Parts: sequence; structure tokens; C-alpha cells
Amino acid sequence: MSEFLHMGGYAAYVWSSYGIALVVLLANLFAPILAHRKLLTQLARRHQRARRMKR
Amino acid sequence: MLHFFHKLASPKHFYRISGNWIPWLGLACFGFTLAGLYEGLLVAPTDYQQGDSYRIMFIHVPAAWMSLFIYMVMAGAGVIGLVWRIKLAEIMAISSAHIGASFTFLALITGSIWGKPMWGAWWVWDARLTSELILLFLYLGVIALYNAVEDSRTAARATSILALVGVVNIPIIHFSVEWWNTLHQGPTVTKFGAPSIDIHMLIPLLLMAVAFKLFYVMVLLMRARVEVLQRERNTGWVQELVSDYE
Amino acid sequence: MKPATLPQAFAILLRRDLTLAYRRRSEIINPLLFFVLVTAMFPLGVGADPALLRDIGPGIIWVAALLAALLSLETVFRSDFDDGSLEQLLLSPHPLSVLMIAKVLAHWLVTGLPLLIVAPLLSILLHLSDDAMHTLLITLALGTPVLSLVGAIGVALTVGLRKGGTILSILVMPLYVPVLIFAASAVANSDAGLPVNAHLSLLAALLVLATSLSPAATAASLRISMS
Repeated sequence: MSEFLHMGGYAAYVWSSYGIALVVLLANLFAPILAHRKLLTQLARRHQRARRMKR
Repeated sequence: MLHFFHKLASPKHFYRISGNWIPWLGLACFGFTLAGLYEGLLVAPTDYQQGDSYRIMFIHVPAAWMSLFIYMVMAGAGVIGLVWRIKLAEIMAISSAHIGASFTFLALITGSIWGKPMWGAWWVWDARLTSELILLFLYLGVIALYNAVEDSRTAARATSILALVGVVNIPIIHFSVEWWNTLHQGPTVTKFGAPSIDIHMLIPLLLMAVAFKLFYVMVLLMRARVEVLQRERNTGWVQELVSDYE
Repeated sequence: MKPATLPQAFAILLRRDLTLAYRRRSEIINPLLFFVLVTAMFPLGVGADPALLRDIGPGIIWVAALLAALLSLETVFRSDFDDGSLEQLLLSPHPLSVLMIAKVLAHWLVTGLPLLIVAPLLSILLHLSDDAMHTLLITLALGTPVLSLVGAIGVALTVGLRKGGTILSILVMPLYVPVLIFAASAVANSDAGLPVNAHLSLLAALLVLATSLSPAATAASLRISMS
């Protein structure tokens, strides 16, 4: 196991590459999820306000 | 079949259908990533020249492939949007830009990290890295233009043209950079794209490439859904949708 | 009154733009001064060693030419946009892409051509050989029209924007890479006594390609940003 983590002496390079990839991919994944949720809340609030105005 | 695509092009159906697809894409992407990581980090043998540092390849090379592929998709979708005025194509084009820029950035940074132990420097003006850098600039230009134009319809059409101009230029830029590189005799070590690659190294590479492609499609659909919702916010179906929300 | 034929419209537009440029002489002279000043800054920055200046001279002159071209790009459409004549142009019955060639040609005549006139001076400042100076002039003659043609697309895309200037350079600069590479290495080659035919043919090819594709793209961009 420790040999695996050691990566033949290139651990810092290999794991930082994979780490950065993980961060970049996760950021890409969560950005639209958050934007979607925010937009839905915003639209729902606007919708409710519009309905109240009508009454 | 044609009917299916026609329906898909309508924002309402796209929103519903893509919502059904995303979980499956995510699942497939996750599976391929796990398989690719297992094959790449545990099964693939150590390279006799580069040791274990070559394992960065399993991220770097698929990311570099994606960076170019997404630019092509972006320009293709842009052309469809410009010629046939299909809104969904415009949305696909602009939603691709951020993802493409991310993959380009990833390819650059992993290339740089890989280069440090191989070349002894974080950055070398290698032809491929340089082309990738200019590709990143092209992406950033597209994003900057999209953000600067206020009306999202106009912005999408303008960026489509820019992407198209970029696509015409990419082969020229690539050729000129290769030429420049051979001319200036940079310290090019032909470590990328080894002529014969071990099958145990090729399998994880292809698995990761598929995983990245699935990831792109998934995030593209997610981004496009947000954009569709934003643009259609005053239509009946969106009102109906948000009335159920919360 | 009979409507103007296409060649007439082309000539009228060209003459109008040249007249306007003549009335705003400072707009022509400023990028030119900028070109000279940027080049003159380099020896002050890197030292006055003639061998070093000769080595990096072609690159410096070409990068400075690129920046000067970028600086003057906005003037292609800016004043026409401000006074509304750009919208008139879009309503013209003539093909817009042909009219775009007139606009770009006028722009090149007032911003690109002057660079050729001061370039020999700069090549003296940077100790380039006579051969290199000769090649420099040819590359400028072939390359600066490409800069204007490609740049016009960027200007057309950003013409309505308030902060168009910086975005314009981000859009256009990566597209200038091939011109920079072929032109600067041609000058460097000829300074080293190597053949430059291939470089010049490639630059000429770029010019042909840009002339055939860019006007249509400029016209399409203009229609989009003015809509």
C-alpha cells in the first residue's frame, strides 16, 4: 500500500495531478447544480409573489 | 427517430428528457472512472523509462483530447445555431465553453506537472503545450465575449461566430507552433505519444477517455438545463414547474 | 438619382473613410508613435548589446507591430457606430462583405501602411542587417493586412460593448499567433542568411485565406452585434 502511494518516487507529481483533476471536475459538476438550485428558488419565489399580487 | 429529435429540440422536452438522462450518465461516468483508475494506477506496469510518473498520462492525454473535441463540438453547435436558428444548439455551444476551458486548463497543468520530473522545468515551450495554451486563450476569449454581451441571444450568436473563426484558425495555429518549435530547437523530448504503447497502458487511457467524454455530456446537459430554464423563465411550463418547487 | 453600382459604392466608402481618417490625423499618428516607442523601450530594458538586439529584434518589432495594430483596431467601426452611419451601411443594398473589404482596406492604408514606413528606422535601432530589413518590409506588407482583416472580425463582434477594448485584444491576439510566428521567423532567418521563401509563401497564403474568409465573417458578426 505504501509502495502504491509512493509511486516510485513520483508521488508528489502523480497525486497532485490526480488531486487537481478531482478538484477541477468536482467544480465543474457542482457549479451547474448550485446554479440550477439557485435559479429554481429564485423563479419559485417570483412565481409566488406574482400569484399573491393577483389575489 | 426524426420525431424524437424534433421533440428534443423543444426546450420543455429537452429539460424533461435530459433530467432523466443525467443520473445514468453520472453512473456510467463513475463506473468508467473507477475502472480507469484501477487499471491505470494498479494494473498498468511501471514504465521502464519514466517510472510511475507516466501515470499522469491517464489524465493529461484524455483532457487534451477533450479540450480539442469540445472546441469542435462548440463550433459545430454554433454553426447549427447560426444557420438553422435552433436555440438549443446555441445553448449547447455556450455551455460547452466553460467545460472545454476546464479541460484545457487541466491538460496544461497536468502537462506542466508531468514535465517537471521529465524535463526538469515546470514549463517548456513544447509544441503541444504551447498549442494547448493558445487553445486556452481562445476559450477564454469566447467566455469573455459571452459575458460582455448583455442580451443572451446576441451573446450566443456572437460567440458562435468567434468559435467558428477559432476552428478555422486552430489547424493554422497548430501548424505554425509546430514549425516554430522545430525552428527554435526547443528541448523537445518525444515523450508524448510513444510509438508503441503497452496494451495495459492503452486500456486505462481509453477507459479514462470514455469517462471524460461521459462527464462532458453530463455536465453539458446540466449546464444547458440551467440555461434553458433561465431563457424560458416567463413561459407557462417553467411557471408550472416552479409552482411545484419547495 | 441612380443608385451607385457596387464598384462605385466601394470607392465612395473607401474615399469617405480615408477623408475621415485624414481629418483625425492624431488617431493615425498615435499607434505609429506607440510602435516606435515600444520598440525603443526594449534596448533600455534588456541592454544595448548589438548581438542580443539583433537576435531578438525581429520578434520585438513584430510584437510591437501586433500591439500597434490592436491599438488602432477599434477605429475600424467605432466612429461609424457612434454617429449611426454603421446602421446605414447595414441597410445598403450591396453585399456587406464587399463593403467590409473597403472598410478594412481603408483602415490598413491609414494604420498598416505607415508601419512599413517607419520599420526601416526601427531595424536600424535594433541593428538588423539590410537583408533582414528587406524581409521585414515584405513581412509587414503581407502580414499587417492579415492583422487588419482578422481584427475586423473581433471589432465587429465587440462594437456595441462598453468595455470592448480589452475584450477585443483577448479575442484577437491568439488569432494573430500564426502571423507573428511566420513573420518574425522570416526576419530572423534572413538575418542569419537563411532562405525565407517558405515563410513568405505561408504569409501570402494566410493573406489569401484571410481576404477570402474574413469579410464574410466580419459582415455576419456586424449583423449580429447590431441586431
